[in-house]
Amino acid sequence: MPDPQSPAPRRTPLDAVHHDLGATMTDFAGWLMPLRYGSETAEHKAVRTAAGLFDLSHMGELVVTGDGAPAALDYALVGQASAIAPGRARYTMICAPDGGVIDDLIVYRLADTDYLVVANASNAATVAAALAERVAGRGAAVADRTADYALIAIQGPRSAGILARVTSTDLDQVRYYASYPATVAGSGALLARTGYTGEDGFEVFADPRDAVRVWQALTEAGAGDGLVPAGLAARDSLRLEAGMPLYGNELGRDVTPFDAGLGRVVKLDKPGDFVGRAALAERASADPQRELVGLIGQTRRVLRHGYQVLWDGEPCGVVTSGVPSPTLGRPIAMAYLTPKAAAQARSAGNGQGRLAVDVRGSAEPAALVPLPFYRRPAGN
Amino acid sequence: MSVPEELYYTAEHEWVAISDATARVGITDFAQRALGDVVYVTAPAQGTRVTAGEPCGEVESTKSVSDIYCPADGEVTEINPEIDDDPGLVNSDPYGAGWLFKIKLDGGDQLPPGLLSPAEYTALTAEQQ
Repeated sequence: MPDPQSPAPRRTPLDAVHHDLGATMTDFAGWLMPLRYGSETAEHKAVRTAAGLFDLSHMGELVVTGDGAPAALDYALVGQASAIAPGRARYTMICAPDGGVIDDLIVYRLADTDYLVVANASNAATVAAALAERVAGRGAAVADRTADYALIAIQGPRSAGILARVTSTDLDQVRYYASYPATVAGSGALLARTGYTGEDGFEVFADPRDAVRVWQALTEAGAGDGLVPAGLAARDSLRLEAGMPLYGNELGRDVTPFDAGLGRVVKLDKPGDFVGRAALAERASADPQRELVGLIGQTRRVLRHGYQVLWDGEPCGVVTSGVPSPTLGRPIAMAYLTPKAAAQARSAGNGQGRLAVDVRGSAEPAALVPLPFYRRPAGN
Repeated sequence: MSVPEELYYTAEHEWVAISDATARVGITDFAQRALGDVVYVTAPAQGTRVTAGEPCGEVESTKSVSDIYCPADGEVTEINPEIDDDPGLVNSDPYGAGWLFKIKLDGGDQLPPGLLSPAEYTALTAEQQ
């Protein structure tokens, strides 16, 4: 049921396409987005074995420009934006002064003094405001350009072959986490080799007026290769198999990058101060308060967000995300455990027989496994 | 969306086929579409006494879990043996091979109270879309 208090959700430039495809739509972070077109499990498997096409136009695109942009972003983010080579991209985070995660981001350095920061839809306005405040007086300006970009992702082992049919860019030259100005289906676009599925793939930042043409051209180019449109449900199960965190589940204001096992994104050795430095430096050397782990359910009951994790029947953590894994055929989950429980589980047969998840009153046995649950085969 | 004319329905999106004082129960096409891929079904065990309007099982999909509400008073006489191995039958054939369980009705051949006609159920789902 729609909440009468909330404004009508925003629609992406591909809204009519989703409607024509018979998509089940969902309100996500204030946007009306395709949840699935048919079976989300089939969409997931298509991305693992062939390719899938995603509308990600809800993602926030924030442009940071000015001579001071590299140094200003070094101050605003936990990563070192000034060390990114033009044409390359990095995964990073923006943290609060106390070290809590405001959002996780991909930062593309388009040119020496020109950055594109891609934020989660739910956080775009917050990140834009925090960036504007942090770069003020540092020779840089922030503009929220979300409405000026359609974002279409093609992901899966056949994505390069399909995309090559609609662009003259030599895709072999586009390395992982690189971006190039390109022509896709006759339209100017920014082409990046990035994604959130654990597969090879590309993201196309296009003018909203070109979005339908780019989508249709890719659909036709992939028709013989098993390309299918894929919705947010498949995106969630794909990223979870790949062990990638989701803001609001594994990441949040009460979580530091170190809690999430992503301390590597915090560049404590970069020169100068940055927001959150003192708190994160302390956190880096302190004993962890919790540990993000992978769980595999030993029954078919789905382990879901918010369910308690039990050690010998006593609470020892909480599930942050869980799905039935289409690739493994078993329920998988990420969970925060107490460091003691995680260590006990590792030293006692991965916790088998003692580790469980409270599934609505029933203790369903689970085993601890290293993340990620899935790695793409070499050569894909 | 399919709403077969020969069935009765509940406001909680179960369908009921009645013959020989027995009700065969499943979830509707509308429900399976809303749920997405069904991965696990907990049906009431054979012999269980069930009460109309009470939760008596669960349907789990990739994204959510929903209660099954019992459409009538009676006793469970059979559960679909295929569903455990292939819960996707609920998606692919919700009114046929995807049936969930059968109830011997306390009311015998009388139509259990409170069920919706196909027209009433169609109107209900139109409101919810």
